[in-house]
Parts: sequence; structure tokens; C-alpha cells
Amino acid sequence: MTVMTTAPDKRDNAPILSVRDLKVHFPIPGKGLFAKDRPLKAVDGVDFDLYPGETLGVVGESGCGKSTLGRAILQLIAPSGGQVAWLGKNIVGIPHRDMQPLRRDLQIIFQDPLASLNPRMTIGEIIAEPLVTHKPELGKDEIKTRVKRMMARVGLLPQMINRYPHEFSGGQCQRIGIARAMILEPKLIVCDEPVSALDVSIQAQIVNLLQELQREFDLSLIFISHDLSIVRHICHRIMVLYLGNVMELADRDSIYANPKHPYTKALISAVPIPDPEIERNKERIVLTGDLPSPLSPPSGCVFRTRCPFAQEKCATDVPTIDRVSETQEVACHFHNSI
Amino acid sequence: MMNKSEKTALLQSASAAKEIEGRSLWRDARIRLFRNKAAVGSMIILGIITLLAIIAPLLSPYAYDQIDWGYIQEGPNWENGHIFGTDGNGRDLFIRVLYGARVSLAVGLLATAVSLIIGVTYGAIAGYFGGKIDSIMMRFVDVLYSLPFMFFVIMLMVVFGRNIFLIFVALGAVEWLTMARIVRGQTLSLRRREFIEAAHATGVSNFKIIFRHVIPNVLGPVIVYMTLTIPQVILTESFLSFLGLGVQEPLTSWGVLISEGAKVIEASTWMLIYPAVFLALTLFCFNFIGDGLRDALDPKDR
Ligand SMILES: Nc1ncnc2c1ncn2[C@@H]1O[C@H](COP(=O)(O)OP(=O)(O)O)[C@@H](O)[C@H]1O
Ligand code: SF4
Ligand SMILES: [Mg+2]
Repeated sequence: MTVMTTAPDKRDNAPILSVRDLKVHFPIPGKGLFAKDRPLKAVDGVDFDLYPGETLGVVGESGCGKSTLGRAILQLIAPSGGQVAWLGKNIVGIPHRDMQPLRRDLQIIFQDPLASLNPRMTIGEIIAEPLVTHKPELGKDEIKTRVKRMMARVGLLPQMINRYPHEFSGGQCQRIGIARAMILEPKLIVCDEPVSALDVSIQAQIVNLLQELQREFDLSLIFISHDLSIVRHICHRIMVLYLGNVMELADRDSIYANPKHPYTKALISAVPIPDPEIERNKERIVLTGDLPSPLSPPSGCVFRTRCPFAQEKCATDVPTIDRVSETQEVACHFHNSI
Repeated sequence: MMNKSEKTALLQSASAAKEIEGRSLWRDARIRLFRNKAAVGSMIILGIITLLAIIAPLLSPYAYDQIDWGYIQEGPNWENGHIFGTDGNGRDLFIRVLYGARVSLAVGLLATAVSLIIGVTYGAIAGYFGGKIDSIMMRFVDVLYSLPFMFFVIMLMVVFGRNIFLIFVALGAVEWLTMARIVRGQTLSLRRREFIEAAHATGVSNFKIIFRHVIPNVLGPVIVYMTLTIPQVILTESFLSFLGLGVQEPLTSWGVLISEGAKVIEASTWMLIYPAVFLALTLFCFNFIGDGLRDALDPKDR
């Protein structure tokens, strides 16, 4: 895959989205009759900014809180703490009727393309739903025209408007999901592993479609994935999550050329490089053991139970996020020495 | 992904091409249902019984409450027009069986409709909102479940007198409990599906999500349960009639006729046989249709 586009110049712009110390703790019923609920810390203090027209990749192993983070940003899951500022205004805990008009700018695309479409509705009804909800004044004909236009735009034949989801392939279903997300011309789309369930041959088409739409509509994307080669292809900046904590946040080139955090290094060294010579000689950090339970995360640095460089300090002190360059931040006590 | 010429071609075909009709899951289910011989046969038989019940007055020279003094409790006889015979009051059994069909089918359909509307709405709301709302709503259902229903109905009848309307209400009020449980279970599993989340993300109201996304997707099991509820209600009504709590004379239902027939089973078998055959046939038909619907709506290969 080719490496594309430079990141939009963010100094000129205010962030479209600012996330500060965002936390999502799910209460898990304790064992025993009178045991208290225990918090499952799915997202535990995440900070980042997102700029107009930018794609932020969110990577990490399964279960590290990526989906929960995406949903908490969209207020589909109520955050337990922290702030999400959309266009400068906090949206955590605001009343339903204040959130409602903002939803037209905030959309989501899911991993399982078929499950994200109501099997009893036609494609036309599915794609039209956001329009019907937010702009009912447009009237039937205009809505239909717009739906058809959007279908053509995402690569679907508009005369398929009366067909049902089960009559389409996975890739086509994902295009339908994208059309639904795009119909209101939103400003931000959270893409939760949008290509993980698709054939490799179709993944690139969908990723390219997202990139085209991004350029055309100046969209911001939060692109959740565990596939680092796709993330490298599409994202301007990348955030590495582990047990609901940010390990590293940097622009794409820095993170692939010069990962600072041991966890990032491990993830990147696990991606095969096409050149066998380099592949054989590259530095490799192999992750051992399993992801600890987010119900009882390790003290100090959450990564220490699997970190080959862990030392005493890692068990006692929580690492702060250090800015190592203009474009790179990392949460590790020893990022300078390893 | 697409070059320019492909894209223009797409756009052109957009304006030119005719829209293709989709194959909805409902249509697929209908096709599968009509391939099921037992279900189709049952639908035909039920259709005939219903039709007969509707046009009943045209079919017999006798009225359902007309006493033919010449033929009291006489067996079937084609010559005098009492093709099913007469009852102990000299009334034509054929027309009475068809009038009984009216009452039995109406009770079955109406009580089921009542249970359907209450049960589906209630179950969908409980399952969709979950948490405390769900707990409270379902505890209420549990409490109603544990009430001795028959005792309840008998009390009502004693207090308010025998009243066909009361039978509808009482039966519907009990049948919706199971319906609510079924719908609630289905809704709970639907709630986490991505298409519901997508609707949330877009800002569709809870009310519209329930009616547009939840209910159409739980309708399959609901319809199956409904076809199995109708015969159950008919049977319950017959049972109430058998206890003497059914519809009031001279109106009748299959249950009333069967109970009268059972009393004279040795002397006048026909008085038991004809209503019993109609009742049994109807119950079988509904069950076959229910089975057919279950297979049609929930195929393994979906
Ligand atoms: N509704 C929920 N209730 C309780 N725990 C949850 C819920 N949703 C997610 N979790 C837990 O939160 C953690 C993060 O999940 P998720 O965000 O889905 O991870 P990812 O998308 O990175 O695979 C997991 O341990 C998961 O079990
Ligand atoms: S803080 Fe310690 S345990 Fe955590 S990543 Fe750095 S070296 Fe490893
Ligand atoms: Mg996920």
C-alpha cells in the first residue's frame, strides 16, 4: 500500500474534538451476596485532540478498550469521568435534547457490516434514516434523491434502493453503512474496525473509499483497528491503547520509524515486512503472557507485567505522559534509555 | 477504487435504470410457508370453517335459536334439513355448530389480539430499557403469573355475571404475560446489535427505535406464538363453557355444545361428535400452521 497525504496543518485550526481524562468504568457485580460492585476500567484516563480533516488511528489488542472509547466519545456509553469537548463545548452529561442536534455531525461505522443493518428495512430506508430523523422537512422525493446520490457516491447501484441487506456482500454492506454515516455530511466518523471482518481484497477498496470521502468532505476520522499496516496507510496520527490507558500518541511517521514505548515496539515488530532481508534482521520484541484483567489492572505502569524492560519503579509509579518531540508523546519511565 | 468512467456510468445508470424490487425476509418466509403442505392444507380448512361461520345464516333454513317441535333431539337427517341433527331443545345442530364457531373463533382471535398488543409493547419496552425498568416490569409479570387464573375468572363471572366480553378480557389479560416474556427475551438480545446502536448514534428516539427496529425483528417468534395462542384460548373458553361459565344461552360456543353433548353421549352421540370434530380440526389446523410458520420464519440456513 502506498503511504499517503500529509496530515492537515493543525496549527491553523482549533481541534474539532478534545478528549480530557476520559474514563469509562463498568460496574461489575461482585461475587458473593453482599459484595460491592467492582469497576471494570475499560477506559481509564484518555487525553487527545482531533483536528478537522484528520484521521487518528486507535490501536491495541482486543479488549483494551478501543470500542468503548469510541462509543464514549459519541456518548453512546455514558463516561464515568472526564470531558469530551466537541467544537469547544463539553458534551459529557449534557441533557438529551442538547445532544440531539449534535448527533448529525457525529457518526459511527461498525465492524460487522451485516449486523449493523436492520434486516427488515430496505437499503433506501436504512440510508435515509438519519435524514428522516434530522431533516424531515426535505420531503420524500428529495430524501430519495439524496439517498440515491449517496449510494452512487459510495459505489452502490442506486437502483438497488429497494433491496434488503441480506442480498448484499459484506463489502457492499459496509458501503451501505458508510452511506448511512455520510448522508448528513457529518464532521466526525468513528470507524470501529470497519474492515476487520472483510476479505483482504475488499479491505483496500473500503479504506480508499473512506479516504476519498474524507478529502471530499473534510471529515475527521477516528479509525479503530488492530491491523497496523492499514492504520499506517490511512492515519495521520496514531494512539496506542493498553488496558484503557494511552501508551503512546504520535504522528504516523514518528511512530513507525521510531516507536518509543515498549508496547508500541512490540506491536510494530510483529507486523511482517515484505522484504525478507529486513524482516530477518529487524529488532523484535515478542509479547508474552495475556492481557491482564481490566478488573484488576497492574499497579504503576499497566504494561509492566508483560514489559521486558520493567523495573521496580514501574510497579510503584504511574508513568506520566512525556512529550518527546513536537509530534510524539509516550507514557514510559524509561523511554529514553530503552 | 473506481475510475472516472466507471463512476459516470454508475451515475448515468442511476437516473436511467429502473429500481429493482428487493426480496424481503417476510417474502422469503411466505414462500417457504406456502411450500409446507400441512400448513397450506390447514389454512384452507380453517378458511372454509371461517367462511362457513360467517355465512352461516344462509346455509340452513333454521335459525340458531329456532325450536323445531317436531324433531327434538333427533339424529342427522338430510330430508328434514337437520343435517347434524337437533339438540334437546329441538334446535338445528348444524347452524348451532357454525354459530359456535363464530364465538369460539372470535374469542380466540380477539383475546389473542389483546395479548399481542399488550404483550409485545410491554415486553419490548422492558427488554429495550433493561436495568431497573426491566426488573420492575418483569416482577409485575411474575406476580400476575402466580395468581390462580381460573379462580380469578370464576370470581369475575360470579361478580359481573356471564359476559362474553369479560371472557375476552380475562383470556387476553392472561395470555399477554407469556407474550411479554418472549418479546422481552428477544429484545434483550437485539438491544446490543449494531443497527440499534447506529440508530442511537443518529439520534433516533427510543420510541421510534422500538417500533422501527425492535418490534419488526421480534415479530417472527411472536407470530408463531400467536398461532399457538389462538387454539389455547379457544380451548380455555371451551373449558370455561364446560364448567358452565361460558357464553349465555341461546348463544353458544363449541365448548358449550360439547358440554351439552357430553351429557347425552349415550343417547345422542351426534350432539358430541359434530362440535368436537370442528373443535379438534380447528386446533390441529392452528398447530400445523404454527409449526409451518416456525419453520418458515426461522430457517436454519439464514
Ligand atoms: N457493556 C459492558 N459491560 C461490562 N464490560 C464491558 C462492556 N463493554 C466492554 N466491556 C469490557 O471492557 C473492556 C474493553 O472492551 P472493548 O472496548 O470492547 O475492547 P476492544 O474494542 O479494544 O476490543 C473489555 O474487557 C470488555 O470486556
Ligand atoms: S514504565 Fe516500565 S513497565 Fe511500563 S513500559 Fe516503561 S519500562 Fe515497561
Ligand atoms: Mg472492539
